Amino acid sequence: MYDVIIIGCGIIGAAAAYELSKYDISVALLEKENDIAQGATKANSAIVHAGYDPEEGTLMAKYNIKGASMMKGICEAFDVPYKQCGAFVLAFDDNDMQEVEKLYKRGKNNGVPGLRITGHDETLALEPHLSNNIIGALYAPSSGIVDPWDLCIAYAQTAVRNGVDLKLSNTVVDIVKMDDRFIVRTDKGEYETRYVVNAAGTHADRINDMVCEHRFTIVPTKGEYYVIDKKDSDLINATIFQCPSAKGKGVLVSRTVHGNLIVGPDADPQEDPDDTSVKQSALDYIMEASLRSVPTINFRSVIRSYAGVRANSDVGEFVIGEAPETPGFINLAAIKSPGLTSAPAIGLDAVDILKDAGLNMKKKNEYVETRKMIRFDELSAEEKNALIADDPHFGKIICRCEHVTEGEILAAIHDVIPALTIDAIKKRCRSGMGRCQGGFCGPRIAEIIARETGMPMTDILQGPVGSEILVAPTKSREEA
Amino acid sequence: MEFKYDVVVIGGGPAGLAAAYSAWEQKDTKVLIIERLEELGGILNQCIHNGFGLHYFREELTGPEYAQRFIDRLKETDVDIMLNTMVTDISSERVITAINPVNGCFEIKAKSIVLAMGCRERPRGAISTPGTRPAGIYTAGAAQRYANMDGYLVGRKIVVFGSGDIGLIMARRMTLEGAEVIAVLERGGVPSGLTRNIVQCLDDFGIPLMLNTTVVDISGRSRVESITIAKTDSRKNPIPGTEQKIDCDTLLLSVGLIPENDIPEATGVRMDPRTNGAVVYENDETTTEGIFACGNILQVHDLVDYVTSEAIRAGKGAAQYAKNGEPGSEGLLDVEVDTNMITYAVPQMIRPANVEKNVDISFRVRDRYEDSRIVVKDEEGNYVARYGVKAYIIPAEMQRITLPGKMLEKAKGSKIIIGIEKGE
Amino acid sequence: MKKVVCILCPRGCEMTVTGEEDNIKVSGNKCDKGIDFAKTEAFSPERTLTSTVHISGGIHTMLPVKTSKAIPKDLMAEAVKLIGKAEVSSPVKTGDVIIANILGTGADIIATRDM
Repeated sequence: MYDVIIIGCGIIGAAAAYELSKYDISVALLEKENDIAQGATKANSAIVHAGYDPEEGTLMAKYNIKGASMMKGICEAFDVPYKQCGAFVLAFDDNDMQEVEKLYKRGKNNGVPGLRITGHDETLALEPHLSNNIIGALYAPSSGIVDPWDLCIAYAQTAVRNGVDLKLSNTVVDIVKMDDRFIVRTDKGEYETRYVVNAAGTHADRINDMVCEHRFTIVPTKGEYYVIDKKDSDLINATIFQCPSAKGKGVLVSRTVHGNLIVGPDADPQEDPDDTSVKQSALDYIMEASLRSVPTINFRSVIRSYAGVRANSDVGEFVIGEAPETPGFINLAAIKSPGLTSAPAIGLDAVDILKDAGLNMKKKNEYVETRKMIRFDELSAEEKNALIADDPHFGKIICRCEHVTEGEILAAIHDVIPALTIDAIKKRCRSGMGRCQGGFCGPRIAEIIARETGMPMTDILQGPVGSEILVAPTKSREEA
Repeated sequence: MEFKYDVVVIGGGPAGLAAAYSAWEQKDTKVLIIERLEELGGILNQCIHNGFGLHYFREELTGPEYAQRFIDRLKETDVDIMLNTMVTDISSERVITAINPVNGCFEIKAKSIVLAMGCRERPRGAISTPGTRPAGIYTAGAAQRYANMDGYLVGRKIVVFGSGDIGLIMARRMTLEGAEVIAVLERGGVPSGLTRNIVQCLDDFGIPLMLNTTVVDISGRSRVESITIAKTDSRKNPIPGTEQKIDCDTLLLSVGLIPENDIPEATGVRMDPRTNGAVVYENDETTTEGIFACGNILQVHDLVDYVTSEAIRAGKGAAQYAKNGEPGSEGLLDVEVDTNMITYAVPQMIRPANVEKNVDISFRVRDRYEDSRIVVKDEEGNYVARYGVKAYIIPAEMQRITLPGKMLEKAKGSKIIIGIEKGE
Repeated sequence: MKKVVCILCPRGCEMTVTGEEDNIKVSGNKCDKGIDFAKTEAFSPERTLTSTVHISGGIHTMLPVKTSKAIPKDLMAEAVKLIGKAEVSSPVKTGDVIIANILGTGADIIATRDM
């Protein structure tokens, strides 16, 4: 029996698992997909929000402010790419300006540091590629950007190093409440636990309803994005937001920590919590809307479009805490934006919530609280040489666009959470993230996975179960 | 250990092989080829089909055979070869930074450099097709590598999007391996591949070529399950109401090639937005002194034979630069085109004093022109050269003219203009 | 009358073949090679076939091969099957015969690179 089972290994489940892994309790982390960070964590805007958006007094405001203040430290400890680049909310007319002033006041009330309103000239002086049509902006210097995949992966890796059991490809199908425990049934087996933490993202309402009163309904909300080639991405420094207006809620233009430009998202409610297909109409909308902010974005340099599904809900607020009617069942649910920013704070709070719910736990004497990544391309020539001398695999570049070496790919394959699909390796190493989008390195990585694991090439997956990249050997190979 | 060469050729594909051999032929030239893979030959190694060498060798060879001829030639030389080596940076002073498992991260000093890194295929992201992002969408070249070098099929029910030559070749190859190729789709009204490939790769096997057709949606969460196609209007945009769903497990993309231009761009070489390659002089030298470019990194070719002749010119130019330095640019001529009919021309500039006998100029036309001839005029509108009437000139085929240096002397002004005129 | 498109070079001449076996006329060809091609293409079309065979001990697992001359078009599928059954080991030189006289066509299956 486990003390705690966490359902869902997105950024929230992983953060909670890490914080709990510092204590002398047994924790399991169940994930329905064959890799972690597969839901909203995989496809979002990657923004560390300053905290002027959520209304005063909400959980969203509380966790946003606290999470944002924790982000730099946690990213340093985990060697996760993070940059405090600031953000502007642009005003194009008087209505927008009123909104900017409202956000400014709200931000002040929430305790956002350094907020100020900038005029047309100052804004353009700071961001020369913005539209000349702006009349002013809200400037939030504390806003930042982060690699959301890597943050989730770092949390989960460190949690596993500290003893958390990660069980991939386990879809929870039922939860039964007994007197002193829960039985969590998945498509792979049955697990007993004293406490359940629901961090199931777009599926969290279904999990809650298995054993609790219905208290919220997830409204899966799709958002499309474009990614621009790095060579045409050097247009802005800060994240550029628009004011919500009658024309729509506006889209953002932002850098990624890896130097690309992303543009999006739309907000499109849908039934299916897992449908991340991209709609042309949404792509057209974000293109048009983003050009209002930054008129010179070169959409001929798009290298990818994608969509993510956010766990918006009908309550418009995070659902966090123990269900009063089901003692021992804790929701960390309905985590919409600013969920990524809030994750470190929510994870930390999960410890207190479980303590309040009666789980006795003591901090371990020793636990891992740092993680180090080798990112070959970022090293100096001397460091590269030392690494190659030690392991020649670092001298072999597999992804030519992002300069990812075989050494980094092997590290991902043989990690505590083995990366065994092409997408899993991409999430950890950035292979296939460049302008050729894996056309060249895909086959090479498939060969490396096959060689390292002994899996046949025809079993190698692009990503999810059923995503085999090859269907059969050719005739001459089959016969051999 | 310090590496110093007269000429360093980056890329061991057809362009690099020919450039290195040609540089070596210029007597007492110390030449190095840097290749990122474990063998020479480049993309030719996976192009196992025939049709190569008709111009250069006057016989029909397969891709590997064509490469083998140059590899064999190099064996008779003292050209050095570094395999498994990736160039990460080139300075404008011609110091190359490279990485390999043996030497680590190291520098090579070159008197001159030939860029011969080829091109890459446009991936799905570049065409922004909506829908899901499942396994089963590959560039034709990736499928070719899997089939021809690794021995695996990427799918059983295949639609090819784009009528480029690699897509056509793969349609045949997959069919012969027992897969069903449902159709080849082309957004425009004219196939972009060569006629002979339409005949022997599609017609031979009854594979339909659907012109004015595009992909508007992709379905399937893990693996492709179907695609939706639609007819296109004259601007290649889908026409609403013409959608049609096709069940398939694979979408192969053959939607164009882009020169592998990261390094020249980063080095500060002036680029030509029309070719996506460097701007070069008559000897394939870029605007950065001592750095040359040839093959598909300079402009996307359809025949390897032309890659070879371009590379021979670059290799020779690089060796001469290593010996004599920069040639004079007196009387510099810009090579311009009649933009209504021609998209670009390479080289973009000619230094007449550096033209030994002739200069070859290659270019592509916008449309199909019948019974027409290529003409070269000077700035005042006088003919510099007129070529014979051709039955047709088409966009799918790169055009090449040989312009005698003597004729350049006649040109008045600072440019020559290439055009097409109706023949009589 | 038969219409054929020449595949001998990238020009791709569209030719017309008229007449019977002993009195065949070809038009539309831009070179002499086209005449022979058109005659064969109209009555018994042939193609050079390229494929791969499995190789052990080489730098790759597949060795590219081709027919040493064109074979009848309708034998291609059968030839691919037969080639699939062949197996060689390194070293192989360009031009080495992998299968002699495949399907009695007089064409050999030969290696197209060293490996």
